[in-house]
Amino acid sequence: MSAESTAPLPAAGTTAPLLTVDGLKVSFATEDGLVRAVDGVSFTVDPGEVVAIVGESGSGKSVTAMTLMGLTRGPNSEFEGTATFDGTELIGASNAQLQRIRGAGIAMVFQDPMSSLDPVYRVGDQIVEQIRAHEKVSKAQAMDRAVEMMERVGIPRAKERLRSYPHEFSGGMRQRVMIAMALSCSPKLLLADEPTTALDVTIQAQILEEMRTLRQDTGAGIILVTHDLGVVADIADRVIVMYSGRVVEEGTLDDIFYNPQHPYTWGLLGSITRIDADRSQRLPAIAGMPPSVLRAPKGCHFRPRCPHAFDKCGEVPELEQRQPDVPTSRDRCWLPVADKKRLRVVGDQIGLAKPAQEPVGA
Amino acid sequence: MTEPTEGGVPEPSEQKPGAVRVDKPTEAAAPTDEATAPTEASAATAADSQATGDRRVLLGVEHLQVYFPIKAGVIIDRQVGQVHAVDDVSFALLSGETLGVVGESGCGKTTLIRALVRLIEPTSGSVSFDGADITKLGRKQMEPIRREMQMVFQDPQASLNPRKRIGQILSTPLQLRGVERNRVQEETRALLDRVGLPPDVVNRFPHEFSGGQRQRIGIARALAMNPKLVLLDEPVSALDVSIQAQVINLLDELQDELSLSYVFVAHDLSVVRHVSDRIVVMYLGKLMEVSPAEELYTRPIHPYTSALLGAIPIPDPSQNRARHRDVVSGEPPNPINPPSGCRFHTRCPRASDICQTSEPPLTEYARGHLAACHHPQNVTESEIAASTRSDQSSLSSGSETPDLSPGTGLQSVPVSAPATAA
Repeated sequence: MSAESTAPLPAAGTTAPLLTVDGLKVSFATEDGLVRAVDGVSFTVDPGEVVAIVGESGSGKSVTAMTLMGLTRGPNSEFEGTATFDGTELIGASNAQLQRIRGAGIAMVFQDPMSSLDPVYRVGDQIVEQIRAHEKVSKAQAMDRAVEMMERVGIPRAKERLRSYPHEFSGGMRQRVMIAMALSCSPKLLLADEPTTALDVTIQAQILEEMRTLRQDTGAGIILVTHDLGVVADIADRVIVMYSGRVVEEGTLDDIFYNPQHPYTWGLLGSITRIDADRSQRLPAIAGMPPSVLRAPKGCHFRPRCPHAFDKCGEVPELEQRQPDVPTSRDRCWLPVADKKRLRVVGDQIGLAKPAQEPVGA
Repeated sequence: MTEPTEGGVPEPSEQKPGAVRVDKPTEAAAPTDEATAPTEASAATAADSQATGDRRVLLGVEHLQVYFPIKAGVIIDRQVGQVHAVDDVSFALLSGETLGVVGESGCGKTTLIRALVRLIEPTSGSVSFDGADITKLGRKQMEPIRREMQMVFQDPQASLNPRKRIGQILSTPLQLRGVERNRVQEETRALLDRVGLPPDVVNRFPHEFSGGQRQRIGIARALAMNPKLVLLDEPVSALDVSIQAQVINLLDELQDELSLSYVFVAHDLSVVRHVSDRIVVMYLGKLMEVSPAEELYTRPIHPYTSALLGAIPIPDPSQNRARHRDVVSGEPPNPINPPSGCRFHTRCPRASDICQTSEPPLTEYARGHLAACHHPQNVTESEIAASTRSDQSSLSSGSETPDLSPGTGLQSVPVSAPATAA
């Protein structure tokens, strides 16, 4: 694998980025061989910014998020690269350092709210425990803060509900408890790993609304890990598309949806069933399956599924700016920019399909 | 309900004028007898599935109720309550049609389709398949009918036996169907080919496949019986988007090739819209709206439908920003003790006093669009005047005509018109 030479994009404003991830690689030694779960990921998150990491199962999006929290450490895991949060290096940080950052600096909301709450403790006690682990406050003060947090995320009768056990809450309410807990120490960065995947659309809309308000009120940065491009379009400022352990494309929300550069992104956009699209057509889906992380293809990982692949795709393309006039967009694709504009149009929308003529660029 | 009938004798009450019309606005609102005599079970009628007028009712559901008892007590089991999972639901499925069933979790959609094949016994009401009432049939009598209506489950991992090879999983139903021994292997390979899997997977176990492939095997197993009707319970919810698209395309192709009818249950409205001809919206065990697929999204009549639609984020940033959305507050109430009157009134922005006291009947508007709401939206005075009370209405519903003026403000805007992405 070539060295990660590209530095992350400079932040748009004057503020320094909250989180800078550069050339992150995570691999796990398993019985079947080395799994390169994350294979070169670089990005930044500014304060108050919502960055979405999109990808399919096995793309390394959750491992990236968990690595930032130090949750993937183990005897069989190896790390490369750096991740700097607010001046602290996360990858090599000691457990004591991480302990201070977790919860207070970076908080995490997981996909399944049932398994991430302790079923035998009252939710109030769980929130209080976290507050008291980071701040020297009395139990009563922490309790008040917990009530305040629960009210803020829209839990009715918060004072009473504090004394309830997790099983007494519905899925949506449990996820709210998780968010309340995550916010209880006013973190600067919220890592949300598929926070609405297990919820109904109506509840999802409510939770996303909460997250939007929180970002506005607290100015926290949010990393949203999801596979749902609808959710992304709803809330994200910038999008990182991951495929098989690598970032294949990065850009602003509009870059990704209206000017996507990587064929995998085209395929993702084409695969969505939209409530406002012509339904008589077959979906321009991506053929085949994601490669095994044990036996990733040489060169561009998407090459075996890409109808536009050509000789050059045997080499790994760097994640870099390829359109001179779009500084926010970076991608890993060898296709000439001019050809992409043409190739990505399938019918009247963006999608991935075999081109009618001979492939270009060769 | 009439006595159970056998041998394809049609039930007289099956002629449901509202239910049999499909998504083309070619017919007037007057009731027709197009569903009479659905006796012939020939596959030929299913083939002209795109014709509007003369499609048979394949599956008729009338006032179906499924209640689950809640029991308490140490020695004597006393029944202390009931979960109203499916509460007086009526609809009809035409042959060759795809009927989508949507709703939030706990609305009874999964219970509904399980009751259709009698994996769960209905509490009351009837289900008729191909003209014959199957609600009271015994186990032996159900066997040939179950062959014709197959199910595909949400979790392909849990619905395939982990200790059986793919060849065994697929050949068992083939043998049950009476395929000759020497032809089973050939048929198995044909099935795999049909769902897009290589024939050499017959010796592999389910765990060796990815989620999408397992779902293909689940579909192949359902097809092994040569069914007329496939009941799909959240068939793509557990899959990644790109794989979802592949499976949806596969289901589309199979329907065209084999003239299948589908009942497609999902919580994802955009997926349902893509596959369905007509859509049923359920809330707390009741039907809220039944509509041609396209119209449900452009002209939702029930406030619950527009709440559901408003909650879906559109994967298009500028449309998302431009759109007005009603985010419905709260969560579905407890189905043990559902709200009186209209079950949605506790969360409905248009609710008034009548919604609390009287259950609205399913009112039939033009083009076979049905909605159970006292204060419908996206309809005009004249449309209400022309509307009729559908005989699919639940038995407990009142007879009030809908009233345009909502109790409390908030006029909903339908989902914006399509725009091209590029």
